[in-house]
Amino acid sequence: MIAYVMGVLPFLWQGLLVTLTVSALVVASSLVTGILCGIGLVYGRWWIAWPIRIYSDILRGTPLIVLIFLIIYGLPLLGVDFGNYGSAVIALTAFKTAHVAEIARGAIQSIHFGQTDAGKAIGLTFRQRLQYVILPQAVRRFLPPWINAVADAVKGSALVSLAGIVDLTLAVQQVIGRTYDPLPMYLLGAAMYFIINYSLSLTSRRLEARFAYIRE
Amino acid sequence: MPQSLVQIRGLKKSFGSLRVLDGIDLDVAKGEAVCVIGPSGSGKTTLLRCINLLEPYDQGSIKVDGTEIGYEEGGSTRKRRSERALAPIRADIGMVFQLFNLFPHLTALENVMLGLTKVRGISKAEAKDRAGHWLNRVGLSDKLQSLPSQLSGGQQQRVGIARAVAMGPKVLLLDEITSALDPELVGEVLSVVQGLARDGMTMIVVTHEMTFARDVGSRIIFMDEGRVVIDGPSRDVLANASQNERLKSFLARIEMKH
Repeated sequence: MIAYVMGVLPFLWQGLLVTLTVSALVVASSLVTGILCGIGLVYGRWWIAWPIRIYSDILRGTPLIVLIFLIIYGLPLLGVDFGNYGSAVIALTAFKTAHVAEIARGAIQSIHFGQTDAGKAIGLTFRQRLQYVILPQAVRRFLPPWINAVADAVKGSALVSLAGIVDLTLAVQQVIGRTYDPLPMYLLGAAMYFIINYSLSLTSRRLEARFAYIRE
Repeated sequence: MPQSLVQIRGLKKSFGSLRVLDGIDLDVAKGEAVCVIGPSGSGKTTLLRCINLLEPYDQGSIKVDGTEIGYEEGGSTRKRRSERALAPIRADIGMVFQLFNLFPHLTALENVMLGLTKVRGISKAEAKDRAGHWLNRVGLSDKLQSLPSQLSGGQQQRVGIARAVAMGPKVLLLDEITSALDPELVGEVLSVVQGLARDGMTMIVVTHEMTFARDVGSRIIFMDEGRVVIDGPSRDVLANASQNERLKSFLARIEMKH
């Protein structure tokens, strides 16, 4: 049994790398786009805030798998084709952006308006207030739900297997296709996802403690 | 009368259908400490917040040291200044808040230094010296590295005063700075303000502390329903309070609370 597992590990390892790469790409790009959208939701004029609000509501109300298929199979009909891998990453990022935007919005709005007043009163510009006053405080409220969202992104990346991309999930299925022994492989795959996400949640707890000096 | 440092003319402001400021005229000379008193909802705090445009106003003019603060002059159109243009104007108008509004993620020293380095462009070393000087002045030289959550209310408010004064403002706005404090902490904050008044800092003080208004303020403004009802030298206003029905009943209510 051990020899058997050792035999398939390199193959699973390749799948795991794909899962980690897809997740990292999605998490990093949605962090940037999501925070910008969150700031736009809170501070933007209506012509900035409304489109973001509509985007966020629609995306969060759409099943992720529908979004992935829409981008993989729908966009090429309009002459836009990012390939399976590119489309899957774009779909996951678009979906995650909407969630990160809401997390950022909530974190920023939870900071008392007196902080903005105080920043204005000493002459800080809008950008300086965000940089030195609001965001450093909002980050503590942002981190725990955001790390949840990262864990979701890792799990959600399993859906790219439906687009034929050999990530951890599809790698596990392909091994089962050869061995016809699903249980040990699924358990092994689940354990690998668990290790990733459990380390994320440990990181989350450490970060929360790191920012604990900001009292509620 | 010397030229006024703060000049307010015909200031009007409504929240929806509620008129909060109904034509305020006010002059404050350099070095004067003006106390604004009046019942809740009389517009005192709104008046103060209009002076550094934390609250936009509908009509009228506010000039600080000759500069129209909130709106650009010229022509018949009234155009609100951009946030970017407002920032340096606000830096010259210090404000201390009822709820302190210290930055909770920064130490006392960093709270005072932030405006000095980022707005005034002073080097870190010099800003540290200056912030240390002012924190020492308000009696907190041993709390430089404390976070706001580690300080008492009175200490937090004194950091708030140091933060505002260190910027070297032309005028200092104090918004009921002792009303969130336990009674035994009020004295330490007021004595700091008293010291600033002695040094000639121009101040507009919204307060419920009548003894403070009498002893420190050179002038008292009594506001009611968005208007200045009485404006005169502190001692005269309080001595002749019985002649004005509204001031008399306001003072009686304050008396009962204390």
